[in-house]
Amino acid sequence: MSTNEVRHPGLNLGATDEVTHEQAESAVFGFWVFLMSDAVIFALLFATYGVMLHGTAGGPTPAAVYKIGSAFIETMILLTSSFTFGMASIAMKHETGYGRLLAWMVVTLALGFAFLGMELHDFATMIGNGDYPTRSGFLSAFFALVPLHGLHVFFGSLWLIVMMVQVLVFGLDARVKINILRLGLFWHFLDIVWIVIFSVVYLQGLIA
Amino acid sequence: MSGPNEGKRREMWSYVIGYVLALALTGVAFAAVRWPTFAATTTLAIVFGLALVQIIVHFRFFLHVSLAKSSRDDLQLVLFSMLIVALMVSGTIVILANLRHRMM
Repeated sequence: MSTNEVRHPGLNLGATDEVTHEQAESAVFGFWVFLMSDAVIFALLFATYGVMLHGTAGGPTPAAVYKIGSAFIETMILLTSSFTFGMASIAMKHETGYGRLLAWMVVTLALGFAFLGMELHDFATMIGNGDYPTRSGFLSAFFALVPLHGLHVFFGSLWLIVMMVQVLVFGLDARVKINILRLGLFWHFLDIVWIVIFSVVYLQGLIA
Repeated sequence: MSGPNEGKRREMWSYVIGYVLALALTGVAFAAVRWPTFAATTTLAIVFGLALVQIIVHFRFFLHVSLAKSSRDDLQLVLFSMLIVALMVSGTIVILANLRHRMM
């Protein structure tokens, strides 16, 4: 079987590391099964949100609590972090050293924390204004859905730190490479979930 | 047969194209809401349509899910999951919207 062949979605190591490329196939497929089950959880929370959208119980409406500016900046940060992670994957695949890989991972981590910081600030502002989860069905659904994505980004950031330590301690062996491939899929997947969040939650709520 | 450097350039371009397309699609979606020019339902349809296109862009350029023969298993996994998601989400929304309508 040719090693240049695409064996799994995501960046394939291909001929740059043939042994790991062979091993990665089942490991990455298994991770895809996890990602898709995670997608089902998010989808059902989106459905719950859609159902609860009108249940404001006399409290604030979506248009009153969302701010288009911070939603836009958060989107840009997350999009850029997906791109920088892509650059990290390419550095891992094609560079012999790992300096560039670590540099891109640090940039991605910084963007991840910037996103989390902005999101936490948004939530704190909402709760400070009295828009807390128990206020109405709409806010309960919002706080079940959007912070769950934030929690995913948080654990993705922790995973990034763990991977940077692993790269420094173990070097780029097969296990480390496969883990970074999986983390890449996770990170890009979170970006896709965010596309649905900014479209369904923020933009739909802000359309007058 | 392509050399390793050409492979690298192609992969780099995949991310760059994906990033530019994603920025453009996001920008248009936010602009359509920030400076409304159409009716609310039209704007909503535009936003959802752009989101769908952007999801496909991300799958193609960032996650590299393609129609290549050797990655069909994964494509089938993704498509089947999307089918399950579509059935559950649309089913939930149709049934509960109908219930809401009757309770009014």
